[in-house]
Amino acid sequence: MAIQTLVGAITSTLDQALAADKDIIMLGEDIGLNGGVFRATDGLQAKHGKDRVVDTPLDESGIMGTAIGLAIAGMKSIPEIQFEGFLGPAYDQLVNHAARMRTRTRGAVTVPMTVRVPVGGGIHAPELHSDSPESIYAHSPGVKVLMPCTPYDAKGLLNSAIKDPDPVIFFEPKRVYRTFKEEVPDEYYEIPIGKAKVVSEGEDLTVVTWGATMFQALEAIDSLPEDVSVELIDLRSIYPFDMDTIAESVSKTGRCVIAHEAPLTCGMGAEIAARVMEECFLNLEAPVQRVAGFDTIMPYYKLEHEYLPEAPRILQGITECLAY
Amino acid sequence: MPHHTVFEAKIEHLQILDETGKLDKKLAKDTLNNDQVVYLYEQMRICRALDDIAFKLQRSGRMGTYPQNKGQEANAVGSALAMVKGNDWIVPSYRENAALFMHGMPMHMVIQYWMGDERGSQFPDGVNITPLSVPIGTHMLHATGIAWAMKQRKVKDAAVITYFGDGATSEGDFHNAMNFASVMQVPTIFYCQNNSWAISLPREQQMNSATVAQKAIAYDMPTIRVDGNDIFAVYKATCDARKRAIEGGGPSFIEGVTYRLADHTTADDASRYRDPKEVEAWVERDPLIRTRMYMESVGVWDDKKQEELDTRAETIVKEVINAAISVPEPDKADFFNYMFKEIPEDLKIQRDTMRTTSIGRNPSQIGLKAQPAEAH
Repeated sequence: MAIQTLVGAITSTLDQALAADKDIIMLGEDIGLNGGVFRATDGLQAKHGKDRVVDTPLDESGIMGTAIGLAIAGMKSIPEIQFEGFLGPAYDQLVNHAARMRTRTRGAVTVPMTVRVPVGGGIHAPELHSDSPESIYAHSPGVKVLMPCTPYDAKGLLNSAIKDPDPVIFFEPKRVYRTFKEEVPDEYYEIPIGKAKVVSEGEDLTVVTWGATMFQALEAIDSLPEDVSVELIDLRSIYPFDMDTIAESVSKTGRCVIAHEAPLTCGMGAEIAARVMEECFLNLEAPVQRVAGFDTIMPYYKLEHEYLPEAPRILQGITECLAY
Repeated sequence: MPHHTVFEAKIEHLQILDETGKLDKKLAKDTLNNDQVVYLYEQMRICRALDDIAFKLQRSGRMGTYPQNKGQEANAVGSALAMVKGNDWIVPSYRENAALFMHGMPMHMVIQYWMGDERGSQFPDGVNITPLSVPIGTHMLHATGIAWAMKQRKVKDAAVITYFGDGATSEGDFHNAMNFASVMQVPTIFYCQNNSWAISLPREQQMNSATVAQKAIAYDMPTIRVDGNDIFAVYKATCDARKRAIEGGGPSFIEGVTYRLADHTTADDASRYRDPKEVEAWVERDPLIRTRMYMESVGVWDDKKQEELDTRAETIVKEVINAAISVPEPDKADFFNYMFKEIPEDLKIQRDTMRTTSIGRNPSQIGLKAQPAEAH
């Protein structure tokens, strides 16, 4: 057992995976000698070799496309896309090829691949380094989408992703790479894909969130009066997602606030709200409230905290939903 | 030296069997023997017969869009013979059917594919072919990746060939695949079937380069332009490239200069954009004609053999079509079942109810009994 950050847990999980399975190959920009721009792969090339932790040309489509080829031929590829904003050039390979290979060959050709991508805002980064595109991929059939926000969950879900026989996008909320530490077991364990985590139990209202926003929600909930009891759910898996846990919770509390960094319209919150309406209709005491990023381009960092759904806005959403 | 040449390049062109069926014996040394020539001719003829029957099927409304291979078959057969079946990989586009058949793809599967059935790409074990690729140029990266895996796993004596057209070389992924293959020095053979037309766009508007082959020079890749209607040249260039690949020499590029004698697909009408005189000139350079002339000139072919082959080809393709149309209809559950190895519960519910409405899935909400999913 060691106290680890999110990024530290990812590094050690990758280290263990590389040691355990010779068919694993990691590829990406600056992930080798430099250890990744966030140091998520620090030391892995020196330990496991240049041919297993591979510094590639600066070409996201190339990284994704060759990672697909490697996986088709029986390797387990773990490509890294340096920032979520650079997924654009790789989108075609990911959505039109990786996601479709199993179905278009009726299982004859498959793509076991884990795509690691730092995601989200809040770190004062340049433009196109702060977006939250998870719902784009949740809306793209054929890929699984994960976004753990704690070190323990990151290890368990990364292990599940690597073991998964299909393509998985593993989003890493970069804002909380180093802000929260917890004990992470040394031994191998998995957290099942598609299971949410009830972070805290409550009776009056359910908050559903994921990624770095989970910590903003915790802060908002902490500032509520003591007699208000909120159930906090960390979705963790964006697709498939755990509607059972959400529906059970909202049926109990009757009120639901969904918080995410991605833009409001067609964000994952829209899907969850629709499902809550379908599955908890007679239990709802208030309309489902969404506290999300705005339907704007993510502003440069001088204004990023105005855009992000941080604790005060989440608190406002909770308070208004309770008052309805 | 303040100003001097740091790099020079040239592109070689190879033709061994000319348009009149005359063989350059010196260049042909250690290439194809007569048995192989006859075999490749048969493969081309059968593929041509399949084209003809597929065209008729489409015209009679029994099949969707189909891209004919007519005129380009020498590229497929010559290169496929140089690759090792069940050992090497083929990463195809969609105009090299004969190569796929030679490497073990059951012929009816290509018809099944164009009849709108995914099972047409469910190749049997041991058939190392990725599915036909309709989007242009995106599959070449997979060829680079598969070859990379061979290198990584230290698989000896194996290589990958990928096919694409002249139009594909405008796509970013073409360059991405070439650069990755070059940097990683993997055993990939890039085979461009330069048929002069990308649907309606002529090669001169596709690129301002004198050849396609020269694009490989930027990636320091051995490259050659061959007469793509000459099975000898195609075979030799591919053998050379494969030898280099398995000896650790990295990727190679081959530009086969050829011509699409048919429309782009059955949905296309090439007379809208092509000069009939240009097409006529290429009809004379048909790879089947010149190969037959050669075989006759060396006494391994005659009219009787041709007649027998024509009959055999007709029989084969009729059987192929029968096999394709007698495949049972696909189960509608299949388009759910192959989304993932283990499909999520939500998807199972969609599959089992064939509904997306919540009330429809649970009509007890409005006091109705649940209706079973519509019978197949």
